[in-house]
Amino acid sequence: MLELLEITGIATLQDSGRRGWNKFGVPTSGPMDWFACQAANFLLNNPPNSATIELGLGEITFHALRNTVLAVTGAGYEVENYIWTFPLWTTFYVRAGWTVRVKKTGGGNWAYIAIAGGFDSPVIMGSRSTYLRGGIGSALKAGDVLHSFTPTTDLLKLAARNFLLVGQDLSCPYKTQPEGCGTYVIEVIPAPQADWFTPEGIRAFYESEYILSPSFDRMGYRLQGPPIEKAITKELISEGMTMGSIQIPADGQPIVIMADAPTAGGYPKIANITRASLPLLAQCEAGVSKIRFRETTVDEAREKYRMLYHPFGI
Amino acid sequence: MLKPLGDSSILVQLGDEIDSALNQRVHTLDALLQSIPTVIETVPAYCTVLVHYDPLITTYNQIKNRIEEKISQLDESTHRPSRRLEIPVLYGNASGLDASTLLSTSFDLVAATLGLSPSELIRLHSEREYTIYMMGFTPGFPYMGILNEKLTLPRLSTPRTRVPAGSVAIAGSQTGIYPVDSPGGWHILGHTPLKLFDPASETPFLFSPGDIVKFIPTN
Repeated sequence: MLELLEITGIATLQDSGRRGWNKFGVPTSGPMDWFACQAANFLLNNPPNSATIELGLGEITFHALRNTVLAVTGAGYEVENYIWTFPLWTTFYVRAGWTVRVKKTGGGNWAYIAIAGGFDSPVIMGSRSTYLRGGIGSALKAGDVLHSFTPTTDLLKLAARNFLLVGQDLSCPYKTQPEGCGTYVIEVIPAPQADWFTPEGIRAFYESEYILSPSFDRMGYRLQGPPIEKAITKELISEGMTMGSIQIPADGQPIVIMADAPTAGGYPKIANITRASLPLLAQCEAGVSKIRFRETTVDEAREKYRMLYHPFGI
Repeated sequence: MLKPLGDSSILVQLGDEIDSALNQRVHTLDALLQSIPTVIETVPAYCTVLVHYDPLITTYNQIKNRIEEKISQLDESTHRPSRRLEIPVLYGNASGLDASTLLSTSFDLVAATLGLSPSELIRLHSEREYTIYMMGFTPGFPYMGILNEKLTLPRLSTPRTRVPAGSVAIAGSQTGIYPVDSPGGWHILGHTPLKLFDPASETPFLFSPGDIVKFIPTN
């Protein structure tokens, strides 16, 4: 049990997502960074679909009402109380009465706080994921008390586990690309309207650098860079889209569809980010990180996704 | 025509226009696709179905072959029977809109812009049966058509910041109902007291894609 004392930014509960309602217009939701969310539950031996706190662009301070073990993953944060500071991707024992703060330290946008046993909250339409615009769940706020299920593993066995030691092949998506700096290479698969753009537009997309605009949220990431020119100017008849779809509106600046985005849309899509690359894009630092797109195939993307997923078991 | 949308979705395109017969084929195919065990979920739209799958348990080619089998059965398949729903509508000036835009959203203004009397506007909107081509925008928003061409109006150039749930509205050749309070750029003709979306319910949605809707004017 945790009592939330102070929150800045946006904190919501997210499990692995709400499936089966896209055709009614309900987005999948779930984590912005699926890898970090999975890893946090994995460190605690939680069921992979357990709810975690997703903390975005802010800080959270809470008070433990019972002894427990927490895991915090993601990018751009650290965990502290009066005595110690813990890096992300580890677990730590928290005694009843302790106050713990997840603190922003730099680049990166999202942190995932998992608790041994997983957070217990109402299941709405098959999921504990929050979807604020649809009125499903609500943003966490100071004063909220979060309950958890009884962990199946002894707390002491879970304390001080480190993902890089526990994950067999260390294939953390940030390993080769340190958080919040340098250039992120994001792999994409050409989308159904890839041939709607001029050769110059396609070249701009694959050969230029883009940056994340400061106005981004769980619905979408607007990117800024050389505009992508269309060869076909007719309107697209609205069709389904998915997290990672890159839409090109009239101004030529890409919009990447993220976890809470509408399930269908009418802007042409030039490409779609692979599952393996989504965590990297999710954690790009607005205005700082440089983003380059690289084309890949469905089969290669699947192989990379399987490798990343490997530590969690298939 | 099948094309990948990323590494976990396939877009099936059956045509390239907004047309009732084509959309019927979309919903018939959508029903057939539900029997493929590796399909997580589908999004039928005007002339496409987006199929979501889990790449950890199947490959693009495997799922593509299964979808192609279903497409080949499409011509022998009988249309999935459509449900027909009657929706009461209180036509008239909308209440609950943000005051700054109230004048530009009134039923009276729509009637005047279209050169119709209020009763004609109500008759032209409520005399037809509409097909729900797709759902989206917000949870449970039905995109329906086709409107009588005398009711064609472009969307508002500046969308309203808040349209109340239950607002019945038109834009272009389509009509729809706002299921939750949300921003919106359609012209509001009236209001239905029915709840289109209730996340706490066992059956959260009043409508499904492919349903037939008839508006019933009420007082």
